Amino acid sequence: MTPRLPHQSRGLQLTLILCALVFIGFFLLLPLVAVFAEALAKGFGTYTAALVDPDALSAIELTLLVAAISVPLNVVFGLCAAWAIAKFDFRGKSVLCTLIDLPFSVSPVVAGLVYVLLFGAQGWFGPWLIDHGVRIIFAVPGIILATILVTFPFVARELIPLMEEQGRTDEEAALALGASGFRTFLRVTLPNIKWGLLYGVLLCNARAMGEFGAVSVVSGHLRGLTNTMPLHVEILYNEYNFAAAFAVASLLALLALVTLVLKTSLEWKFGYSHGSTR
Amino acid sequence: MSFRATRRFVTVAFLAGAALLAACSGKSGSDSGAPAGQPPQVQLLNVSYDPTRELYEAINPKFAAQWKAQTGQDVKVNMSHGGSGKQARAVIDGLDADVVTLALAYDIDEIAKKSNALPAGWQARLPHNSAPYTSTIVFLVREGNPKGIKDWGDLVKPGVSVITPNPKTSGGARWNFLAAWAYAKQKFGSDAAAQDFVKKLYGNVPVLDSGARGSTTTFVERGIGDVLLAWENEAFLAQKQLGQGKFEIVVPSISILAEPPVAVVDANARRHGTGKVAEAYLKYLYTPEAQEIIARNYYRPIDPAVQAKHAAEFPKVNLVTIDGAFGGWQAAQKRFFADGGVFDTIFAAARK
Repeated sequence: MTPRLPHQSRGLQLTLILCALVFIGFFLLLPLVAVFAEALAKGFGTYTAALVDPDALSAIELTLLVAAISVPLNVVFGLCAAWAIAKFDFRGKSVLCTLIDLPFSVSPVVAGLVYVLLFGAQGWFGPWLIDHGVRIIFAVPGIILATILVTFPFVARELIPLMEEQGRTDEEAALALGASGFRTFLRVTLPNIKWGLLYGVLLCNARAMGEFGAVSVVSGHLRGLTNTMPLHVEILYNEYNFAAAFAVASLLALLALVTLVLKTSLEWKFGYSHGSTR
Repeated sequence: MSFRATRRFVTVAFLAGAALLAACSGKSGSDSGAPAGQPPQVQLLNVSYDPTRELYEAINPKFAAQWKAQTGQDVKVNMSHGGSGKQARAVIDGLDADVVTLALAYDIDEIAKKSNALPAGWQARLPHNSAPYTSTIVFLVREGNPKGIKDWGDLVKPGVSVITPNPKTSGGARWNFLAAWAYAKQKFGSDAAAQDFVKKLYGNVPVLDSGARGSTTTFVERGIGDVLLAWENEAFLAQKQLGQGKFEIVVPSISILAEPPVAVVDANARRHGTGKVAEAYLKYLYTPEAQEIIARNYYRPIDPAVQAKHAAEFPKVNLVTIDGAFGGWQAAQKRFFADGGVFDTIFAAARK
């Protein structure tokens, strides 16, 4: 299909393809296979027992809760930020852009520590919070806050280039025809970016469920209370419970696979390829 | 585009987010209280160091049964494990522990000092310096002891790779360090020689995990290192759980008497109304029943009868004490592990 370049030999092509396949096999497929092989090493009974263990169930529940809160919030925040940056000119725009990227450049451990410094018992707001019976770090709200911080850029970063590329002409036309700002957003902007948005949501969700570093700092590691799935995997592994650790890990791997399939099928169904505008 | 509409939209979005957050913090805020209208159930949080996972997993249900029989109340003990220093830091930062069961007294001293959550004299509140069991530091080597490691002196030989956790975060690691120091001090006589010895030793350490369990996993699972400096209980456990015959325990000529202490964190227990059950929980550790569980988990019991029964399982080791050899934990921590202390000096030098 693709036109062949003049100096391209068949052998070179094959070698390059083979290299790529071996690379993918070693670094992507093999670990995936290993996770499932280890998880099922002691039989299917052990596998399911590890997943219905009360601590595992509560970890799964907490992970879903964290994603269910942080992803919608980040969709809203991400949309607002992307819309403001791509469609408007204002002072401090580049500062806002940098701020959005901050969670990408800061180590997740630091992202977690920030909340300890703010809300810890020795932190700025900690004593007041404790006096009023509000728990933030070493409790679920801290985990949610840390996850929101770490996953914040995914939606916004996905949308900003897309919206900038689309320009403002559609919106300007809508406004000229008398639509309100909000109506313009709903009827014009949103339909234009929906696939990009969905892609951002998928990535955001995958990271929200898989985040380890930041969550580890603020969790306190209370089994059955503040353990998310990645933390539960670590605990099980540290307790020499390898089959169970990999069983829970396999759920996370499954999540990754589902994300991948969803993304691909969306692209296939709607002919949207990542980066294109419509 | 109209800026008013934009602003309204953004405001609405932020308010929605804030409401969600408030809702979720409100929910978890009420978690700590007892659920109304249900049979009385109480929750305890035991924040412990790394290797005690199996121990408390065995002890907690037994204590719950005993407490239920005595008072009719159900008690659920929640656990958190990690490097001892790290756990102390978390309690100082607000981790809501009712009781702490850590690797060494200094870490609980820190909690008392930094958070005022328990009195400075906490260690006198329970028998045996508040340590319901003791332990010591031994070596775990690979099958057949291929590097021929017999004693501390063998650890500084070139080509021997030693696994031990980070003394900054791990309690076990600090006992390891002090045991090595005690050996060198006795063997070579001077502090300067001892410092030189531990410097060489840490020059042979390829990786410092944050807790004892992390180091065990590094040695046993990832196959790194020739010798693991380990809690005696951790060494026995690794040997039992991860393959009989794959590892051997080497008992050095000299080691240190480790006394991992326990304490109620009064301020937290008072706030939760769990003072009584927390105290009962710690006292339970001293009963013959709990001492037996402690011995079966390879910790050295302090109850004389249980001790006598299990005497054959624990090798006789020449043990120095923290008070005798180092003038107590406050002095040892300040001299060796504080920022700019001996460990920082030798570790920086060993890395060069």
